[in-house]
Amino acid sequence: MDSTTTDIDKVIPEEKQYSYLNLGPTHPATHGIFQNVLKMDGEIIVESEPTIGYIHRAFEKLAERRPYNQITPITDRLNYCSAPINNIGWHMTVEKLLNVEIPKRVQYLRVIIMELARITDHLICNAVIGVDTGALTGFVYMFQQRELVYEIYEEICGARLTTNIGRIGGFERDFSPKAWEKINKFMKEFPLVLKEFENLLSRNRIFMDRTIGCGGIKADRALNYSFTGPNLRAAGVDYDVRVAKPYSSYQDFDFTIPVGLNGDVYDRFMVRQEEMWQSLNIIKQAMDKLPEGPFHAEVPEFYLPPKEEVYNNMEALIYQFKIVMGETDVPKGEVYHCVEGGNGELGFYLISDGGRTPFRLHFRRPCYIFYQAYPEIIKGSMLSDAILTMSSMNVIAGELDA
Amino acid sequence: MADSQEEKLVSIIKEKFEDQVVLVEQLYDFLTITLKKDKIVEIIRFLYDNPETKFQFLTTITAIHYPHTNESRTVMGQASNIVVDTPAPEGKIALMYQLHNLYSNERVRLKIYLPESNPVVPTLTTVFSAANWMEREAYDFFGVIFEGHPNLKRILNVEDMVIFPMRKEYPLEDQTRDDKRDEMFGR
Repeated sequence: MDSTTTDIDKVIPEEKQYSYLNLGPTHPATHGIFQNVLKMDGEIIVESEPTIGYIHRAFEKLAERRPYNQITPITDRLNYCSAPINNIGWHMTVEKLLNVEIPKRVQYLRVIIMELARITDHLICNAVIGVDTGALTGFVYMFQQRELVYEIYEEICGARLTTNIGRIGGFERDFSPKAWEKINKFMKEFPLVLKEFENLLSRNRIFMDRTIGCGGIKADRALNYSFTGPNLRAAGVDYDVRVAKPYSSYQDFDFTIPVGLNGDVYDRFMVRQEEMWQSLNIIKQAMDKLPEGPFHAEVPEFYLPPKEEVYNNMEALIYQFKIVMGETDVPKGEVYHCVEGGNGELGFYLISDGGRTPFRLHFRRPCYIFYQAYPEIIKGSMLSDAILTMSSMNVIAGELDA
Repeated sequence: MADSQEEKLVSIIKEKFEDQVVLVEQLYDFLTITLKKDKIVEIIRFLYDNPETKFQFLTTITAIHYPHTNESRTVMGQASNIVVDTPAPEGKIALMYQLHNLYSNERVRLKIYLPESNPVVPTLTTVFSAANWMEREAYDFFGVIFEGHPNLKRILNVEDMVIFPMRKEYPLEDQTRDDKRDEMFGR
């Protein structure tokens, strides 16, 4: 690549002719709605101008009109590849505002769900890196495993992609024996498939030649661009919210944070791959240490009472009515809570003025923040590298556009 | 431990920018410092460079609109008492910067208040590249003008939009509709 860039520099500027290529908004290779107008010198990208907002759905405005429990479905649609992390992150934000003590069992169950979500997020990303380098096989196998996780979600909350999992205070019901059966099945089958997938790609000469040195970003630039998550860790910075500011009892588990060196496509792939192993490890520990106890905290103002209570108990009826109509007031306050989402630090900045809806809710969306480095990363690289860089950064349109 | 760290940080800021600090509060687990708007970029630059603070990671920037109300009920307690240098009482647009020191894992939130009619503030892109799109978002939704920003235009909304939709005077639903009355929805 170096030889080509020096060749360009030798040409006198007047003699250069650039062509413009409109990549997107809808293009099968961009995995979402992204538009990039690329200024090309042959096949080399000189400049790019990303346009975003094609699926902007005004979530922050919408949230100012909705009661707290109705905001959960909005968070589903941010990073839809790992919707449970968003849901649970939001629940924890409200719980922080309300100062609710969450039972240990709920925290562990949440960890299990969040790590399953992280696995699905990373496996899609890594499978798609495979597809973009020309290896479709791994993708098919990995998607079968994603299906297993979605069946687990289905058993727990009834939904698959946009899960709306859990409630403020805990879960809507305890995990059923069927759910545990499915989790156990996944825990038994997935490591074998993941190992097989890793064998296909991680030391594959063609894959390594294609990805090493492609789409790299140095740690200082990554930090200046406020990268978080696997993309930052691939550049060599070991920042992970699960360790830096443990939530939901992450401090109880023993796991390592993988880091890369060059921040290129290969490092991102390897970091995500190792994180999936670590997630499996965390789920296993959580299942082994799972304490007994209630599956939700005592927050009657927010947690729907069981139906038989509603018919027989005056208070439960009142709470049921107030929750369904969204009439519960919350304390005044200003709170920020962050969780380690599939792509990095997912933050919820919530200001409550004591009413039934938030006064202001801001989502710190990791995709939105690191995607602005994309023009800088792909500058001087080939068009096909740009495609690969985008898929390896795991830019999710829903999270980008909110 | 945590408390002394925060006290130390406040004293470092106060030492250099005594006249700029308006309010220091601990909101849940987050130290929040309200500052005057004039020297915000200098203060962030100072916190970035100072070896004792090293706030070299920008978590997020966002704006909040506090409309002017005649009601005695304050919208956000302290926030409505912050004096903005305009003659007539008017609404305020707050800008919130969240900084993170990755070495010591400290976080701080800096808030400034701008007058609603003329929200102008220097850009932070000179310190953090990440501020670029965050500021464009604040401009797009709240109309905050960032002086010196390299590319200050709308980012998520369509370019021919004329309003700043996140301001409180623009309600979410179409107000010309009369088939959706609030009382029917318990609002």
